[in-house]
Amino acid sequence: MVTLQLEALGACYGKKLIVSDVSTTPLKAGEIVAVIGPNAAGKSTLFKRIAGLLKGPGEVSLTATTKSRKAIGYMPQDTSANAVLTVYESILLARKQGSAWSVEDTDLRFIDTVMQALNITPIAFRDLGALSGGQRQLVSIAQTLVREPDVMLMDEPTSALDLHRQIEVLSFMQAQARLKGMIVLIAIHDLNQALRFADTVLLIADGKMRACGHPLDVINPMMLRDVYGIDARIEKCSRQFDHVIVDGVAA
Amino acid sequence: MAAADIILTREAAVQGRGEYRARTRRKIMILVGLSLALCLSFAVDLAWGPARYGLDQVILALIDPDAVSAQVRTVIWDIRMPVAVMAIVVGAALSVAGAQMQTILANPLASPFTLGISAAASFGAALGIVTTVPIIPVAAGLIVPVNAFIMALAATLFIHFVSQVRGVSVQTVVLLGIALVFTFNALLAFVQYLASEQALSQVVFWTMGSLTKATWPKIWATLAVLLIALPLFARNAWALTAIRLGEDKAASFGVNVRYIRLETMLIISLLASVPVSFVGTIGFVGLVGPHIARMILGEDQRFFLPGSVLAGALLLSVTSIVSKSILPGVVFPIGIITALVGVPFFISLILSNVRRSW
Repeated sequence: MVTLQLEALGACYGKKLIVSDVSTTPLKAGEIVAVIGPNAAGKSTLFKRIAGLLKGPGEVSLTATTKSRKAIGYMPQDTSANAVLTVYESILLARKQGSAWSVEDTDLRFIDTVMQALNITPIAFRDLGALSGGQRQLVSIAQTLVREPDVMLMDEPTSALDLHRQIEVLSFMQAQARLKGMIVLIAIHDLNQALRFADTVLLIADGKMRACGHPLDVINPMMLRDVYGIDARIEKCSRQFDHVIVDGVAA
Repeated sequence: MAAADIILTREAAVQGRGEYRARTRRKIMILVGLSLALCLSFAVDLAWGPARYGLDQVILALIDPDAVSAQVRTVIWDIRMPVAVMAIVVGAALSVAGAQMQTILANPLASPFTLGISAAASFGAALGIVTTVPIIPVAAGLIVPVNAFIMALAATLFIHFVSQVRGVSVQTVVLLGIALVFTFNALLAFVQYLASEQALSQVVFWTMGSLTKATWPKIWATLAVLLIALPLFARNAWALTAIRLGEDKAASFGVNVRYIRLETMLIISLLASVPVSFVGTIGFVGLVGPHIARMILGEDQRFFLPGSVLAGALLLSVTSIVSKSILPGVVFPIGIITALVGVPFFISLILSNVRRSW
């Protein structure tokens, strides 16, 4: 079973420490972790550090299965691409990285399945440059999924999607995490989606971890006033999901 | 969007897997078509000249040299063959160099010619011709090509390292390339000013770019560089394609972007400088060849790479035919013809669909 634990993790750009002292309890297979925090808090930097793209102090302790091509899959925030490739080619590319030139039917079948699940089969042979922001995000999610990682780091995967699509995609990721035993970390600004889908919430502000735990322990009126500078309450909607009701900017 | 495990529908599989396989077959057919066009162009290049032969005669001379007259054999094998083969090898090398430069610099205007690498090689060669001073100690016969190579390598690495500096945009790299062209052209003019009359005429002819300087040792050397480069690029095909999706995305796929960029740049410097050191400055093939390949095959390197090889080779082979067809009995330096064809293409690239493709 996959487990992931961050131990006093920090991330540097060059010699400058941007994020420091991020620690979690062991995160378990099937868990969804929402990483929240104001703009420029260090969420993307933390993801790059976990993915091994940046250096820094601390440890990323990962117990991974052996089935995966790469234990940690990272979906960057920037999904813009102007390569002369079709959507299908760009997803195949993610799947075949580090492999031989030949493309097996099993690869294509897996790609077809993921594309169908994300409802992007109709745009399979459209040029990447002709996609909308939301479509690009869905393609980027597919590119990460076809690598069959044990841990998925998704940097604002739903920021360009409409509300319906946001709930669809996050429900799908939640189901996939449970089904495949993945750990999914999602950097997200929408606190209501974090409350609805996350098992754990990790709060970062000014490059430091401020809290990590059950969503309602982290997202509360005191934190919202302190970190986001807003007066807000937590109330349940008709389907019993917790929601942040914003009253206004804190005085 | 189903929450549980997804059952792939037949319709989705046909739209996906079936269509992908059909498109792949189409790309392979395009590559076969380009290869056939190259064979035809090669045969015409051998057939055309002051004495014109039929294609049947050329094919006979290639298959069974003893079946044609000694004169035809000598013209085709000893005079035209090195030029025709050199056109193909140099065209392929420059086109691949341009293709990979455009890939790793994410820049549609990148090519050995536009970024000043050819100008650097010209300066290095001119320095060798005029002063006979080698930049590094080598045998006398190798001074010109080695000087050209060292200068081209220095220019390539300079562009590479500047493009790696944080915040440097694609436009900055192009402007830097233009600055390099001006700098090396000024240095070339300086060397020409100091040159003797004989050395000057040699330098001027060299900078025009001409395949008439082709010899078998030069062909083998260029071919060797191409045969070293192509498998290395082929090995990195998925990684190089991924780099076109952006540095972060490629890194997220597990690509060591820094290493691939450096390795590719070093190979490019060889590919760009060796042909130039032998046949002089031949511009725009490295720009136009990859764009043709990209337009018809896309940027999946498994097709884009052989497509660039064939498009560049075909382009220079056809140009070789044109260079001896304009005025009967006159063979124009091929660099003049490629520039005449390339400049309008270059302008149209800037003005038209650059934004759409990149």
